[in-house]
Amino acid sequence: MIETTRLDATFHALSDPTRRAILTRLAAEGDITVMDLAEPFDMSQPAISKHLKVLEKAGLVSRGRDAQRRPVHLEAQPLAEATGWLIEYRNFWQAQFGRLDDLLGELQRLEAAAGKN
Amino acid sequence: MQFGDPLSVTTTSDTQIVITRSFVAPPHLVYACYTQPSLIRRWLTGPDGWTMPVCTYDARIGGAYRFEWQGPDGEGSLAVSGDINQIEAIRYIDSQEVFDGGVMGPAYRAELAFAQEGQGTKLVNTLTYTSLAHRDMVASTGMADGMEMSFQSLDRLLAEAQG
Repeated sequence: MIETTRLDATFHALSDPTRRAILTRLAAEGDITVMDLAEPFDMSQPAISKHLKVLEKAGLVSRGRDAQRRPVHLEAQPLAEATGWLIEYRNFWQAQFGRLDDLLGELQRLEAAAGKN
Repeated sequence: MQFGDPLSVTTTSDTQIVITRSFVAPPHLVYACYTQPSLIRRWLTGPDGWTMPVCTYDARIGGAYRFEWQGPDGEGSLAVSGDINQIEAIRYIDSQEVFDGGVMGPAYRAELAFAQEGQGTKLVNTLTYTSLAHRDMVASTGMADGMEMSFQSLDRLLAEAQG
């Protein structure tokens, strides 16, 4: 159950596009200061800080000790767990529909054959 | 928000997710594949290597269904139960679904509409959740594709973390 609660917190944090964009940038560029993070989002630093608090609470990011800069650091493990689950779920449905296409093709060929009789 | 093609996932209101998929086969066949256990077992089997040990579907008003999936080597399992509130052969199914263990949160409404589209079928699966938070939890599953580009970086980070 603890597992589920932690996933819930992660998914809540991931449900916002700005927060997802923050994580993607951190994954690509490494540790970034709040000022640098805020720049491409056309958002104030306090607005970005608010998003960071949600991410921090979910354990997805941590803040550096450097008192001046406090760079934002991506905590990869919880995100890997969540995205692993997500990919599994999404792949699940893509695979299902692919198989359904094949089955429908088979049924249609049977119907076509029956129609010719 | 919209993800994917030809499998499209749209969040149309605060509590809904609409999954749309087109098929080249006509509605009566798509409907059959959703309601006949012998056909359901042929496609709704889960990821490669997974099995579907339980598959029942009682296609009538007041009927119920149950699907259980099992991963290879006890890797995982997933199960969903549904109660059918309304059903109209080859056109529409309205049910209440819940996954075991609260995997997808509390029970939600699952509607399936099978509409003729040319020679084929347009399937619209509308999922109505109990709240915005519930919907968002499920909707965030669709973001997997968007996150894909960052996975290589993540792999690198994980490799570093594990030293």
